[in-house]
Amino acid sequence: MRHLLSIEDLDRDSIEQILALAANFGTVADRPIKKLPSLRGRLVINLFYEASTRTRSSFELAAKRLSADVLNLVSSGSSVEKGESLRDTVATLSAYGPDAIVIRSPYAGAPGLLAGWTHAAVVNAGDGKHQHPTQALLDCYTLKSRLGSLDGLNIWIVGDLLHSRVARSCIQAFTLLGANVTVAGPPTLVPDAFAALGATVRHSLDEMREADVVYALRMQLERMEQDSHVPSLREYTAHFQVNSRRLGPRQLLMHPGPVNRGIELSGEVIDSPQSLITDQVAAGVVVRMAVLYEVLAGSAPHSEDPEKQPRALAPQTA
Amino acid sequence: MSMFTAAPRPPAELLLRAAHVLDPASGVDGVYDVLVRGGEIAELAAPGSLQAPAGAETVEGEGKHLFPAFVDPHVHLRTPGQEYKEDLETGTRAAAAGGYCAVVAMPNTDPVIDHPALLRGLVLSAGRDARIPVGFMGAISAGLRGEALTDMSELRDAGAVGFTDDGKPVASAGLLRSALRHQRLCGGLLALHEEDPTLSGSGVMHEGSVSVELGLAGIPSLSESTMIARDAQIAEAEGGRVHFQHLSARRSVEALAEARSRGASVSGEVSPHHLLLTDEHVRSLDSSFKMNPPLRTEDDRLALVDALRDGTIELIATDHAPHGRDEKNVPFEQAPMGTTGLESSFAILYTELVLPGVIALELLLDRLTAAAAMIELERPAIVAGRAANACLVDLAAQWRIGEAGYESRSANCCFAGREVYGRTLLTLADGAVAYRDRAFALSAA
Repeated sequence: MRHLLSIEDLDRDSIEQILALAANFGTVADRPIKKLPSLRGRLVINLFYEASTRTRSSFELAAKRLSADVLNLVSSGSSVEKGESLRDTVATLSAYGPDAIVIRSPYAGAPGLLAGWTHAAVVNAGDGKHQHPTQALLDCYTLKSRLGSLDGLNIWIVGDLLHSRVARSCIQAFTLLGANVTVAGPPTLVPDAFAALGATVRHSLDEMREADVVYALRMQLERMEQDSHVPSLREYTAHFQVNSRRLGPRQLLMHPGPVNRGIELSGEVIDSPQSLITDQVAAGVVVRMAVLYEVLAGSAPHSEDPEKQPRALAPQTA
Repeated sequence: MSMFTAAPRPPAELLLRAAHVLDPASGVDGVYDVLVRGGEIAELAAPGSLQAPAGAETVEGEGKHLFPAFVDPHVHLRTPGQEYKEDLETGTRAAAAGGYCAVVAMPNTDPVIDHPALLRGLVLSAGRDARIPVGFMGAISAGLRGEALTDMSELRDAGAVGFTDDGKPVASAGLLRSALRHQRLCGGLLALHEEDPTLSGSGVMHEGSVSVELGLAGIPSLSESTMIARDAQIAEAEGGRVHFQHLSARRSVEALAEARSRGASVSGEVSPHHLLLTDEHVRSLDSSFKMNPPLRTEDDRLALVDALRDGTIELIATDHAPHGRDEKNVPFEQAPMGTTGLESSFAILYTELVLPGVIALELLLDRLTAAAAMIELERPAIVAGRAANACLVDLAAQWRIGEAGYESRSANCCFAGREVYGRTLLTLADGAVAYRDRAFALSAA
């Protein structure tokens, strides 16, 4: 795997391979010394144009557990804030000879552009409302760890699908692994066109009892009332909050975080034993270790000497 | 007095030998020697029957086609203020290279052309820099802000072909009604970019299954079609005439046809990219495919082709919209909207609509010249006694769009890289040679 830009670039086998690798790394996480030498001397740059706590810190931890050097760049306080273009920033960072660049951008397609501009492997850590492939992979890992398989599983993704890159990646990844995905929420946030992604579209939670897994999405509070997506959060929670009244005891609950307590989820379901939310966070590190290993282990280290850059001469698709 | 201006050029003196002249509107279809003297078409005669007079150049036209040159009522020449994208010289050179003999420039420049002094300055510049005659539109509202009407009569006196807020809609129905009333005083085309800002929102592509899959904010077809329906009614009630720019959706075609059937005086244009491309191209997230109105669905595209064929849409306009490389080389959502089109329009439409048999060559030629009537220009014709406005095209010549660069200052062409047939070898605009293919000039010398 050269880059990880979108779940669309993966098939079932390549997902299974990443998850199996993550499971291997998971056994290391239980050892007293958690570090592996696999990526010693390799440079991973985290380039984050949006605020992020768990994605950025888990990528950093994943790279460090594999003994890579890590450079963190966040948009505030950097040259980005001074108006530097993405292309110029990437040119500057490429001069450090990174082996991988992990990018979070508010704009769809930024990781793909970057892949055309740098010799480094590019990992998408969220681009606009488009894709968040490592989140979907860690969610698959979490479910597989708990249930063994996603085949035939009924998964409901509930809430603001329209603005969710997590939802787009998850629908694709869950479907690839054999699950049936239903998306539910108000018509303003769950357009019928989601059917094109292979999901069943519902505008109520009345049938949610059929779900094996309920995956709630974060409501972006500031955006909702302002853009008339929902008339009020009270109305939203009345119809679509996942709470103990709607969630059965055998159903598993997931959420990509951070949670708005009392909005998309009620407090009691977050803290219930059926919640996998902290499992998801733990899975984030091992899955990102697997992704970094996948994009880097098969390639030679980046060389300072342009004459000795084997990957620079290889075609993009290699 | 013509509202079109070009830099002075020596009138053409040439003999085009044995070219296939095809001018459907004049009923000319056959191989002729065509003599151009003093910039006028002097004579069409049997091939081999004419001799070049002293001082006239002979151009070998055998196996080539001579068409009436094209007229584009909708281009962005970016002057004044954005000359790094295009200027009057590069833009009209691009037009001539595409076989055009006249273009109309939009007023959404920096500053906006909303004052007669600005327009007079532009006309003067065109008299110095333009390779082919250029007409200029004035703005409908001051600063394109949609609030106050410009001084339309004075803009007309200064040489405005018409008025448009292109790039933005006239959101206020009341303002449009006032503009239509002023049109009765001063004449001039009222060209409307139709879009309801409350429906378009922050959209960057067509709203549909592709936008949902990509997570990009969408612009629904309704944004365009509801405004067409509204504005056609206002024009009808005021007894005015409006032209709808760059139609993109089936619903828009239906709204136009419906208004016309009621007797409203309305017309419509369509761009090559809306006739040939759909929102599926946006899946690549390549900003070359970002334009406004956006590329829509295959169903919309087919409706536009049908409308072009049956005359509901009477003309093709490129909406040539140059942008700098650095401006387009950014993530899709950040990129400016627009594609260049003047240098590729005939070849891409000939290759992708005429050659597969979707439309006839005669129809394409009609739709590429029909704008003339709307902008008070004599329709280009290859008839003795008329000014030479013609393009010599080698329909068999294959080339790749953009491979040899562009005459335009910008390279943001959504058709870049496509293999096409139909190369412009020579363009005559208002009696002067405006473009000559370098390779062809050498071989004919």
